[in-house]
Amino acid sequence: MANVISNVALVPGIYVMKIEGTFKGKMGQFYMLRSGTGYPLLPRPISIYDIGDEGISFLYRVVGEGTSLFSQLQPGQEIQLEGPFGNGFPQVEGSLALIGGGMGTAPLLLAAKHYPHAHVYLGFAQQAFGVDAFEAVAASVQVRVGGSIVERVDPHLYVNMFSCGPTPMLQALAMKTAGSSSRLYISTERHMACGIGACLGCTMHTREGNRRVCKEGPVFPVEEVDFDDLHGV
Amino acid sequence: MISMACNIAGVPFKNPIIMASGTFGFGREYAEFYSPELLGGIVGKGLTLHPKAGNTGSRIHETASGMLNSVGLENPGVAAFLKDELDEMTRWNTAVIANVGGSNLEEYVQAVAMITENAQKRRTMNRRGVDMLELNISCPNVKQGGMQFGIQTEVARDVVRQVRNVTALPLVVKLSPNAENITQMAVMCEEEGADGVSLINTFSAMKIDIRRRRSVFTNTYAGLSGPAIKPIALRMVHQVAQAVSIPVIGMGGISSVEDIIEFTMAGAAAIQVGTYNFAHLHAGSELVYGLEQWMQREKVQSLDEIRGIL
Ligand SMILES: Cc1cc2nc3c(=O)[nH]c(=O)nc-3n(C[C@H](O)[C@H](O)[C@H](O)COP(=O)(O)OP(=O)(O)OC[C@H]3O[C@@H](n4cnc5c(N)ncnc54)[C@H](O)[C@@H]3O)c2cc1C
Ligand SMILES: Cc1cc2nc3c(=O)[nH]c(=O)nc-3n(C[C@H](O)[C@H](O)[C@H](O)COP(=O)(O)O)c2cc1C
Ligand code: FES
Repeated sequence: MANVISNVALVPGIYVMKIEGTFKGKMGQFYMLRSGTGYPLLPRPISIYDIGDEGISFLYRVVGEGTSLFSQLQPGQEIQLEGPFGNGFPQVEGSLALIGGGMGTAPLLLAAKHYPHAHVYLGFAQQAFGVDAFEAVAASVQVRVGGSIVERVDPHLYVNMFSCGPTPMLQALAMKTAGSSSRLYISTERHMACGIGACLGCTMHTREGNRRVCKEGPVFPVEEVDFDDLHGV
Repeated sequence: MISMACNIAGVPFKNPIIMASGTFGFGREYAEFYSPELLGGIVGKGLTLHPKAGNTGSRIHETASGMLNSVGLENPGVAAFLKDELDEMTRWNTAVIANVGGSNLEEYVQAVAMITENAQKRRTMNRRGVDMLELNISCPNVKQGGMQFGIQTEVARDVVRQVRNVTALPLVVKLSPNAENITQMAVMCEEEGADGVSLINTFSAMKIDIRRRRSVFTNTYAGLSGPAIKPIALRMVHQVAQAVSIPVIGMGGISSVEDIIEFTMAGAAAIQVGTYNFAHLHAGSELVYGLEQWMQREKVQSLDEIRGIL
């Protein structure tokens, strides 16, 4: 249990919630969050958005009952959270692009802080949000609302790329990267129950066999990912 | 002095709280958060003779007060379990129960024979092996096998009889709530020499994605667990406990000390906790401490005082 410090909408339906306490976690890892004691039963996986001395924050979109309850939390109220879970983005060297689509921008902010030389590409379907947080830390930030942000990215410019976003965006990026020497790491999503690797509910088929998104993932080198399986869920 | 200890088919349990198959892995993951030694026992992830990749597509979906799962018995197979997981599991001072499934009779028999032989071999080397078997004739999530054995009593009889023939290990049969007659099924297990029964596995259930106009699950149906099924599970445990004289291990939606007391009053010798592990990472340790506190507060020295009082 921890106290909510603040919980504000950046744009309608998209919130940043800050929680008091000392927390661990690195770029691309997530926490399992739960508010209340009864319904919903299962905690929800949410990426670490930012982490600092006074607490941890999460950027989330209200999509269903769980996230809707999160959005009703007031400062001073309690929330349960466990983490950090998952592998996170790898430590890399050389030029780096961070490419996020919609909510997929959430796990990239810590990476932008960690690699100030990285070029950031943010794509949004209707309305941009959270761009200023990236502008405060990154050398370059490109934003596109509507259309595909992938069109702006030239994989040949980068030794490494980290990406998170809707599956069609990730797949487009994968295809574009295929002919280059750039290494692409993507963060994947799966429904989760335990978050720690015990239930096998988040198992994803990859070229290396079954992988638990909560434990061996959520970040995978793109070569391992079977996009058919990602699309199917 | 309060004692939570109980004995099922000759196997001592320090308390009646056992983690249910498929919800606790082989214990490793949860061991990072609390010591499995607090628990009465652990049932490992359901095993089959050969490794199984499990189902594709969505595997879980939350429902009102419960969840659906369609994991499809993903597991490393018996040989890999014995080689890679058992040492770690038996290092913890808690009962180790192997849950065994199969797609046909031979697979069940071979898997059980392998585990039994391994336990005997380890015993001659003074090492702990599997303490107890839980025969899963009730998994609704695999096309071939599992639940098909657990619906009709006479079909299940064959499996229980043949498995009993190849093992002297304590044998508990896990029953399906989808059985045509769960009481009859339990009576059959007793007749065929099972040392106990455990119930219930998940209910066959469904969720439709109306936008895509198809089931959320590749296998169409999935298994329902969690608080939503507790009242039905409790009724079934009560009925079965009255019909047999072998121990009954109760489960289905248990998420509090009060739930444990209810199942005990309905006649359960011990209980298993499944879905609640996902809702609360520390569920096992909370329930163990909570049960002890409840017994102290209510001045119940042993759960025998309330077991089966209804
Ligand atoms: C590793 C990881 C990190 C994530 N990080 C973020 C984040 O930073 N910000 C954010 O807004 N969202 C994030 N998500 C997605 C978030 O978990 C879901 O939006 C959330 O669980 C929906 O819960 P709900 O109760 O509001 O919606 P529900 O009503 O349960 O479902 C609405 C929709 O959300 C999706 N969903 C539901 N449950 C899950 C689940 N357990 N896992 C994944 N998707 C689910 C389904 O596609 C469903 O159609 C992340 C997911 C994963 C796996
Ligand atoms: C994700 C998941 C996986 C499961 N896997 C198995 C299994 O491999 N073998 C088995 O006998 N039961 C399995 N079960 C059933 C549980 O052991 C238990 O019988 C059921 O969930 C009811 O208890 P609960 O409501 O406390 O979860 C599984 C349940 C869940 C939720
Ligand atoms: S969420 Fe349980 S194994 Fe990943």
